[in-house]
Amino acid sequence: MTVETVSQPVENAEERAPQLLGPWALMWRKFKRHRVAYASLWVTGLIYFMALFGDFLAPEQIDETNRRGIFVPPQGIHFFVTEKDGSSRFLLHAKSLKMQVDSATMRRSYVERPDKVIPLGFFVKGYPYKILELIPADTHFFGPVAEKDVVYFLGSDRLGRDILSRIIIGTKVSMSIGLVGIAVSLVIGVSLGGLSGYYGGWVDTLIQRLVEFLRSIPTIPLWMGLAAAIPLGWPPLRTYFVVTLIVSMIGWTSLAREVRGKFLSLRNEDFIVAARLDGLTDWEIIRKHMVPSFSSHIIASLTLAVPLMILAETSLSFLGIGLQPPIVSWGTLLKEAQNIRTIIEAPWLLIAPGSMIIVAVLALNFLGDGLRDAADPHAH
Amino acid sequence: MIPTVFLISVVTFAIIQLPPGDYLDTLAAELNDSGGLDEGTMQALRDQYGLGQPMYVQYIKWMSQIVLHGDFGISFEKNVPVNDLIWDRLAWTFGISLMTLLFIWMTALPIGIYSAVRKYSFGDYVATFFGFVGLAVPNFLLALVMMYLAFKYFGQSVGGLVSPQYLEQPWTWDKFIDLLAHIWMPIVVVGTSGAAALIRIMRANLLDELYRPYVVTARAKGMSEFQLLLKYPVRVALNPFISTIGWILPTLVSGEIIVAVVMNLPTTGPLLLRALLVQDMYLAGSLILLVSILTVFGTLISDLLLAWIDPRIRYQ
Repeated sequence: MTVETVSQPVENAEERAPQLLGPWALMWRKFKRHRVAYASLWVTGLIYFMALFGDFLAPEQIDETNRRGIFVPPQGIHFFVTEKDGSSRFLLHAKSLKMQVDSATMRRSYVERPDKVIPLGFFVKGYPYKILELIPADTHFFGPVAEKDVVYFLGSDRLGRDILSRIIIGTKVSMSIGLVGIAVSLVIGVSLGGLSGYYGGWVDTLIQRLVEFLRSIPTIPLWMGLAAAIPLGWPPLRTYFVVTLIVSMIGWTSLAREVRGKFLSLRNEDFIVAARLDGLTDWEIIRKHMVPSFSSHIIASLTLAVPLMILAETSLSFLGIGLQPPIVSWGTLLKEAQNIRTIIEAPWLLIAPGSMIIVAVLALNFLGDGLRDAADPHAH
Repeated sequence: MIPTVFLISVVTFAIIQLPPGDYLDTLAAELNDSGGLDEGTMQALRDQYGLGQPMYVQYIKWMSQIVLHGDFGISFEKNVPVNDLIWDRLAWTFGISLMTLLFIWMTALPIGIYSAVRKYSFGDYVATFFGFVGLAVPNFLLALVMMYLAFKYFGQSVGGLVSPQYLEQPWTWDKFIDLLAHIWMPIVVVGTSGAAALIRIMRANLLDELYRPYVVTARAKGMSEFQLLLKYPVRVALNPFISTIGWILPTLVSGEIIVAVVMNLPTTGPLLLRALLVQDMYLAGSLILLVSILTVFGTLISDLLLAWIDPRIRYQ
């Protein structure tokens, strides 16, 4: 450019021309002001971190059963041990438990053994696994220092398996169902919504009727019917994908409506007409001019669709017609707490996975709400 | 309307066909153990359902039995006509769904109005918080928690709609009271998420209206605040309230089905789940078909209701 502009005093230039922010930077700014949504972004990130590095975070192997540890209540973490001479010393530990069976009522109970504690530590050695399925490792974030000790931080189930580890490992399946599901919804929703809004006419009518149809029927009985048709003998991975497909049937309708609305309002905007007069093909117009102008809205409504899918998977697995037990997900964990007798005997079977679901769904909902507000950075 | 019902029937039929093998294979396998079925009966059944023939023939036979004769087929697990099993349960499902709708209105309307009028007050924050939690907690989880609390702190017998001692009894006043003591729980459980959503809608709608000039005018003329509120802005804001029946009814019916499984209510939920698990497909198909069609009818009624209340829609 011209020499004059460059040679101006630096302080002055900064004062006169405020930094110009692109649309994404503006949105980010607005999003950060929404404090709950910003915090939810961190929570969501943490949950996905848990999904990626589950084996590192889980203290115990998830399918390791323990006959002497059935329905152990959650064990607390203690900080100080008392030495024999009466002084106390800092040591992370859990109390060692002993099972007692009351032979008259056949009820199990656990008492603390005063003579033995289980030292706990960070980065301890445990069962071997592979980081991201690639790098072999056997270090675990937190757990008992000695490999043979078992501590149930959130209690154990009817086979003596560690609930905490199962929740952590189950995160992978439960959270990824949401992601794979929205990928499917994204493709169907954007293409059908786009077709509907861009071309109008009978295509529009047909697609809108289809959307209305899917929205007017109760989904649960329909899913139940579809999910129950999955043969029990199928390999877990295939079941997982089919359940994901079934679950993603809901997500796309709202997305298709949103995209259609955007297309309708954009279709006659000046810049689109100009692009058309310039001789761009329909596909180029859609890809280069229309999609970028509403991609933020798409991201927001996709985020809001994830919790719906997580809830759907959980409900189906809970009923026993979604994912089946060798697969660990939050839904299959809750299935263990299906009858009231079990819940009364071991409430942690319900509370621990239940709160995990609620936290994940709440975080994703707040995040989606914040994104939706931020998607329009100029609105108030 | 007609295309929707047609689509529902096609989808349901597809679901019936999904599991491998057909109805007669299962029946034959079942009856082989207990003496078997003679060839004549097999052939008669095969003709009746058009089994072994092309899909569309089977579909037409199945549909025409239903439409012309009201015959939904036989539940092979219980070996009785589907008709004998489903109607009571369907009535309960829709009864509970409608009562839930009333419950949602009764709670969402006052709370929504309060939230909007006392915006950002403590009560508003409490309502918003419960709204979000209500949306985040899956129905069945809420049902389990309520059952646990009811058992632990009130000692109430959980599950079912009446206490065990009334199960086979004729309807009496005592049984009715007992029913009321039980039925509130599924209603509250199913209604929570819907109420949460409606509170948010009501609050947003009313906030749009509250600061309009006509409200200021009415206030300037000295109308009492309460009268003013109910007479103008609430009436306008109420409109989307009714149109939400359209989407809330399907979710209520869905929710009722899943909660009924957890709480063991005598409604369609447990029957449908059982039928699907043992692949009693005529029973399952009839239930899915009827539940969906009745829901669509409910939505239609709500649309008509809306047109009756709001002249702007009527004249469009």
